[in-house]
Amino acid sequence: MATAYTPGLTVSRSVTVRKTRRLPLPGQVLVEAGARVEPHDVLARAELPGIMRTVRAAELLGQDPADLPQYLLVKEGDQVEKGDVLCRSTSFFGLFKNECRAPVAGRVEMINPVSGNIGIREAPSPVEVTAYIRGTVSEVLPREGAVVEAQGALIQGIFGVGGERIGRIRVVAQGPDRDVSPEDIPGDVGGCVVVGGSGAGLGAIRAAAEKGAVGFVVGGVVDEDLIGYLGHDIGVAITGQEPVPMTLILTEGFGSLRMADRTWELFGELEGETASINGATQIRAGVIRPEVIVPRDSAAGEAVTPGRGVLEVGSTIRIIREPNFGMLGEVVDLPAQLQTVPSGATVRVLVARLTDGRVVTVPRANVELIEK
Amino acid sequence: MSEPTRILATDCGSTTTKAILIEKREGEWRLICRGEAPTTVEAPYDDVTVGVTNAVREVEELAGLTLMADNGLLHPAAGGRGVDLYLSTSSAGGGLQMTVAGVVKAMSAESAERAALGAGAIIMDVIAVDDGRRDWQKIERIRSLRPDMVLVSGGTDGGTVSHLVDIAEMLVAADPRPRLGGNMKLPVIYAGNRDARDAVRQLLDGRVDLRITENLRPQLDREDLYPAREAIHELFLQHVMQQAPGYSKLSSWTDAGIMSTPNAVGKMVQTAAEQLGVQVLAVDIGGATTDVFSVFQGIYNRTVSANLGMSYSICNVLAEAGVENIVRWLPFEADRWSIRNRLRNKMIRPTTIPETLEDLMVEQAVAREALRLAFEHHKMLARGLMGVQQTRTVGEMLSQAQSGATLVDMMRCDLIIGSGGVLSHAPRRAEAALMMLDAYQPEGVTRLAVDSIFMMPQLGVLSTMLPEAATAVFERDCLIRLGTVVAPAGTGRPGGPVCTVSFGGRTESLNCGEVRVLPLAEGERVEAEIVPAKGWDAGAGKGKAVRGVLEGGVVGLILDGRGRPMAIPAEPAERAALMRRARQAFGLPEEV
Repeated sequence: MATAYTPGLTVSRSVTVRKTRRLPLPGQVLVEAGARVEPHDVLARAELPGIMRTVRAAELLGQDPADLPQYLLVKEGDQVEKGDVLCRSTSFFGLFKNECRAPVAGRVEMINPVSGNIGIREAPSPVEVTAYIRGTVSEVLPREGAVVEAQGALIQGIFGVGGERIGRIRVVAQGPDRDVSPEDIPGDVGGCVVVGGSGAGLGAIRAAAEKGAVGFVVGGVVDEDLIGYLGHDIGVAITGQEPVPMTLILTEGFGSLRMADRTWELFGELEGETASINGATQIRAGVIRPEVIVPRDSAAGEAVTPGRGVLEVGSTIRIIREPNFGMLGEVVDLPAQLQTVPSGATVRVLVARLTDGRVVTVPRANVELIEK
Repeated sequence: MSEPTRILATDCGSTTTKAILIEKREGEWRLICRGEAPTTVEAPYDDVTVGVTNAVREVEELAGLTLMADNGLLHPAAGGRGVDLYLSTSSAGGGLQMTVAGVVKAMSAESAERAALGAGAIIMDVIAVDDGRRDWQKIERIRSLRPDMVLVSGGTDGGTVSHLVDIAEMLVAADPRPRLGGNMKLPVIYAGNRDARDAVRQLLDGRVDLRITENLRPQLDREDLYPAREAIHELFLQHVMQQAPGYSKLSSWTDAGIMSTPNAVGKMVQTAAEQLGVQVLAVDIGGATTDVFSVFQGIYNRTVSANLGMSYSICNVLAEAGVENIVRWLPFEADRWSIRNRLRNKMIRPTTIPETLEDLMVEQAVAREALRLAFEHHKMLARGLMGVQQTRTVGEMLSQAQSGATLVDMMRCDLIIGSGGVLSHAPRRAEAALMMLDAYQPEGVTRLAVDSIFMMPQLGVLSTMLPEAATAVFERDCLIRLGTVVAPAGTGRPGGPVCTVSFGGRTESLNCGEVRVLPLAEGERVEAEIVPAKGWDAGAGKGKAVRGVLEGGVVGLILDGRGRPMAIPAEPAERAALMRRARQAFGLPEEV
């Protein structure tokens, strides 16, 4: 295939970000196109129908389901409160009474003479969708939500856990190649998105979470520490719903991996600014990568829209698989012929000069393009 | 239409769309070439036909033909341009996702599961009256899942009605929405007790898109899955395919309905089993899922292990198998945490490929475990009907054979077919043979093959229209015969005798713990006699000789004396040495 390489993750100081914010079911949109919104502003609201609770009425009365209608005290459509009597049977000249009460408040939706059950639908619960980023409503999606647009910095990570959060950027590592220790986490990181360098151990991650940080962005963590933080293993890369106190985003991968210079430098520029972050990751068709978005009123540099770059001689690439995992280089040749690599696979390759001066042949599938 | 001579078939996978061109030349159907392109069902394209067009353009370039015009396929062919027949399969957009429900978990719910799996679905959950969950838990679960459709079964004809009504009430309570098409009603297929149809209709009609079909378990001892499977297929075409981006257009190009990819592979496996007269096990190991198909005693079964795969789901293999079970297949001693980090990095960058031999060995070790786990899952579901009273012989009673025993009998398995990247594209064919041998541990005499370029889906859909063309291409161009394995079942002391194999005037003695690969080229067939040692079984019973024909292949004749179940030493160095010896026997590089 023509694109047998991984398009790079976007790391840009100025980009147009559009976030489509949709309700899970049709509802009411509360904003108009052109409106300025803040991250916590509610854009749309819907009512999620309540669950129907089934009461095994005939069984509880000890009666045949077909006889249920004669014992009913309610009819379909009635509103009932928790504890209201739904049906009653008497026996032995009224001496013994059997009653069946509503376990929840709601509307009687179903009375079924076949099963002898009564269904009570609970009240609907509200569902809201917020703006998530500071920006402008560029489009209203009738009954569904809205699109919020902003100009600003966007840094995509490679993997994350935890959902949407808002906080100030706070760089705590001494450099992109330095690991963060628990002692590196200051006491005043509450509400911040902490930025580390190449790695952070479980101690540092826990220290940041305990001190109230809402996010932690770092080059890599080792598998064992991720499991320790989550309290369980992750099998499939669909994340974002974990009940963790702090969103964790990896920019490079698993292990202690130097954060890319460009990413590190951009975080330095963004120090103190408010970021919207999300650890949600889905690696499959329709890839979702974790993100750090910093809307900026006066974004420096030229605005770019992330796209698929073209791999060509002179392109800057990063190797994303052993044996030179993490190394940066420049493409010096793109041989048309397939070549056999040490594993024995015959694949499309490229020749790159690495930053340490070595010239290596790498499968094209094992590089990502660093977009300029 | 005159008899077709040029057929185009595509398979729209989650990530790649594959096109194959088949032509009848000099009276023989042959594969001409194959093209592929990224699938375009997601944004920014949102139109599956863009990927199909790109894949077909590659076929045009390779074949030097014109098959497409600006507005679509040239169809039917005229003046040497275009195609006579165009067919397609699809698993893009997550495939067909279903929830199934039944009364008894081990009976009707299991039959419903088999019906849905056989129709090519991924099962999101199996709900049963006796599954141990409280009603509200089931209702919340049904509501939180957003399946493409639901299959309801249960009760023999004339049996329980109230339990079916309970299930229908649960659906009403949950008010579930379909995955695609927000305002559409959820398709629900009812394939349960005939007597409960009216009651179910009364509850569900108007709330869901209800289809009623024949009971899939009309009697306790009879399963009739065909009508339910057809209903699933029809709804798949009407609902799921119509909602997915570009599929209406793609449907207008095809000569038959678009078939779900696993359904098509299953058709091809069934056709092959029938035409070759064999008991067959087939696997398709992908990045996210592993599908297993089998035909034993004429009964077709398919299972899908939705979270066992080689890229996207590779860490789930790690979680389910455990790192120890993965490293046991490596010919070197490995650091567990480094293996774990390596697999995590593969998960997050799933399109990368092993560049070093060590990396390749690690991935192939994972593949063995993914294949093994998916096979265990398959054996559990591919079984006889539970709860059926059987007349048993004294021997069967003594062996404690129960109703619901698995149909999969590796001693009776004639052919194992492997497909999916890690098997079809293994750098060396011997690696594919060794992976399947380790994962499945076939017993007796078994042939091994791989699908050369994964074209079983296209051939499966073709088999519904032109079975002779599908079988011809399957035999000549799809299957790569790796060879035949002779693996007597039994255990013994290392170095002790396992069997002798006599063929072509020579006799090979095989000892316990040993693997040997002998040259026997593709197309070669030899008459052979296998005489197992005392306590070993080659298919006719312990110590009894077996005579038959052994077929060659690109790997050769494999004699496996490692025992069944295969004994793997606990001590790491010893274990690595055993793996190195096996690699050596297959002519594979041992040192990294």
